[in-house]
Amino acid sequence: MTGKQINVALIGNPNTGKTSVFNQLTGLNQKVGNYPGITVEKKEGLCKLPRGLKAHIIDLPGTYSLNASSLDENVVIELLLNKNDKDYPDVAVVVSDVENLKRNLLLFTQIKDLGIPTILVINMADRMERKGISLDIDILEERLKTKIALVSARKRTGIDKLKELIINHRNISTEPCVNASVIDPDYFGNLRKAFPKQSIYKLWLVITQDVNFGNINRNEIDKTHSFNTKSTSELKRLQQKETIHRYQFINGVLKEALRIDTNAAKDLRSRLDRVLTHKIWGYAIFFAILLLIFQAIYDWSSYPMDLIDSTFASLSELTKANLPEGVFTNLIAEGIIPGLGGIVIFIPQIAFLFLFISILEETGYMSRVVFLMDRIMRRFGLSGKSVVPLVSGTACAIPAVMATRNIENWKERLITILVVPFTTCSARLPVYLIIIALVIPDETFLGFNLQGLMLMFLYLLGFGIAILSAWILNGILKIKNKSYFVIEMPNYKLPLLKNIGINVVEKTKSFVFGAGKIILAISIILWVLASYGPGDDFNNAEEIIRENYTEQSISTEELEQEIASYKLKHSYIGIMGRGIEPVVAPLGYDWKIGIAIISSFAAREVFVGTLATIYSVGSDEEETIKNRMAAETNPVLGGPLFTLASGVSLLLFYAFAMQCMSTLAIVQKETNSWKWPILQLVIMSVFAYVVALIAFQFLK
Amino acid sequence: MKVTVAQLKRGERGIIKEFSADHVPLKLLEMGCLPGNEVELVQTAPFKDPMYLNINGSHLAIRKETALQIEIELIK
Repeated sequence: MTGKQINVALIGNPNTGKTSVFNQLTGLNQKVGNYPGITVEKKEGLCKLPRGLKAHIIDLPGTYSLNASSLDENVVIELLLNKNDKDYPDVAVVVSDVENLKRNLLLFTQIKDLGIPTILVINMADRMERKGISLDIDILEERLKTKIALVSARKRTGIDKLKELIINHRNISTEPCVNASVIDPDYFGNLRKAFPKQSIYKLWLVITQDVNFGNINRNEIDKTHSFNTKSTSELKRLQQKETIHRYQFINGVLKEALRIDTNAAKDLRSRLDRVLTHKIWGYAIFFAILLLIFQAIYDWSSYPMDLIDSTFASLSELTKANLPEGVFTNLIAEGIIPGLGGIVIFIPQIAFLFLFISILEETGYMSRVVFLMDRIMRRFGLSGKSVVPLVSGTACAIPAVMATRNIENWKERLITILVVPFTTCSARLPVYLIIIALVIPDETFLGFNLQGLMLMFLYLLGFGIAILSAWILNGILKIKNKSYFVIEMPNYKLPLLKNIGINVVEKTKSFVFGAGKIILAISIILWVLASYGPGDDFNNAEEIIRENYTEQSISTEELEQEIASYKLKHSYIGIMGRGIEPVVAPLGYDWKIGIAIISSFAAREVFVGTLATIYSVGSDEEETIKNRMAAETNPVLGGPLFTLASGVSLLLFYAFAMQCMSTLAIVQKETNSWKWPILQLVIMSVFAYVVALIAFQFLK
Repeated sequence: MKVTVAQLKRGERGIIKEFSADHVPLKLLEMGCLPGNEVELVQTAPFKDPMYLNINGSHLAIRKETALQIEIELIK
């Protein structure tokens, strides 16, 4: 078997430290992708074993049992039932938490019944002494018919033992330890008769779960009348019986093998919970933490962002100065480099946000937030579990939509997905900043900076509209489903730096490569559209302008700018922009803003870059763009283009409009329908237009 | 009178009795909420909803509507 990789599947309940074990086994040698066709994250990695062997390790989504209730959990069953899958495990490693062994063993017994060699990892073994827990490993191994590795991913112990067990996986018994068929002998007897070659437990899973299954077709089972088909509620009752039966077995085993000295000191948990889930302090602490997060995202990250901004600006200059003049150089200096800069600039904010979110999740605090917020959110048709997506939405709606997955109730989940794009994502920030700097006076009001107040107002507005539309949707949407809500309240843990580091790097990478591609593509297309045009007006721009100015004295610099703006007006993008001017004029915009808005439909952050390109300013430096914008005049009304009225109108338009293709794509995937993203696009954009129109007409 | 988990006060405990399969999600059973197990109310959010429970060492939170479905016998 040398040369061949051993396929290992890591399986376990949430909060057992499964990912820590995965990180210990693979280090940075891991890859995060998606399962084909769905957006469930697929984590895999390579692990070097002793004696030159290698293991390919898949970190499957956390699940409490093989009875799937979400897309993530389906992935687990689909892999374990399909022997033909290239990732089908040679050995399954079930990770459990020593403090929740009983509950974790439920999943273990189910995996074991599939006939896959299964190793049991008992993680967090370093906590045993403190909690007064003692285990008889020999009895456990014997009764569970498995091999056990006592591991502490935190203290890095037991990993070598685990690797050794993985190498010797062929010695592990594949015999089941629980006989599930006793819950209804007649029914299972008939099943066995009908499909003598199949594993009886696999058949049971196919019948009860809605999953694709390798070599047995669901319909084939439904069509076979050699056994009584059962109604859904009968099946459900049987599943309950199965669960109870498994727990009886587990209780029996643990009675022999597990001792807990209850005199061990009262834990930190109850003391922390008394404060963190307190009816007053709990909320106060949560809002303090939120403030800290916003502070980090918008204040601390401004330093690296300024640095990135100036680096890319000088990189552009450098390219222009050093490469031979020509189309290619221009494309790099004016299209690609600013485009890349537009992506990289968001890294600090995204990284900060994921840093906080993963700390809150790793420590176990996030579950407390869900607990505290559930009742309040439910009034608006949301769930306590909607808080995480809504907070994530302030960085980017894409991970936020994906974070809705653990909301069990479909209606609550759908509403969360639909309203998340209203929260102020980081892509809106550059637009807000430049418009606010332009139209809101830099004065203090009651000790607060007016510009800062406006920015805060826009954030609150985003949340407010999200909540309000959730409330409206809750009234409109008629989706009947049995609502239930269960959330585990895990133990508090100190976060592991390695886990957090890896998480931040992975999430940031997926943002940069996902959204980044689109932003880069749009910048290049824009550059091309703005750099070329049809007809004589564009091609002979230089002569036309020179002729006009022959009499007047004009500096070469001014002349060049005149030529550039004349060219732009007659380029492809200029023609398109003037075409839509009638539509945007009632909102107080000119054709240039119209173009910026159109290009924003790919991604909002393109706005500033587009204006930079359009105003023929070489660099993205805000001050220069701002000065150019301040000098623009309104084509219809005369006077400056950016007034309080048009500025506020533009801010409101960006606050409400659905201008993000990537979000629409992810909503389509998560809802598995085009109906919802299209509704989102139409309703949000029409709403944005109407509000912006009213604001401008009222204020002008 | 029927006593359910929803009637527990903070710190009170009870033993879970049989419950109807149609109203209690399977996931709750899988997390340890089984007939015969001991349940303790650890904490409640405002309006007693959701409720934070300790069921035989398994800590979880459920909504009041689910808690109303789980019948118990109070431990004095």
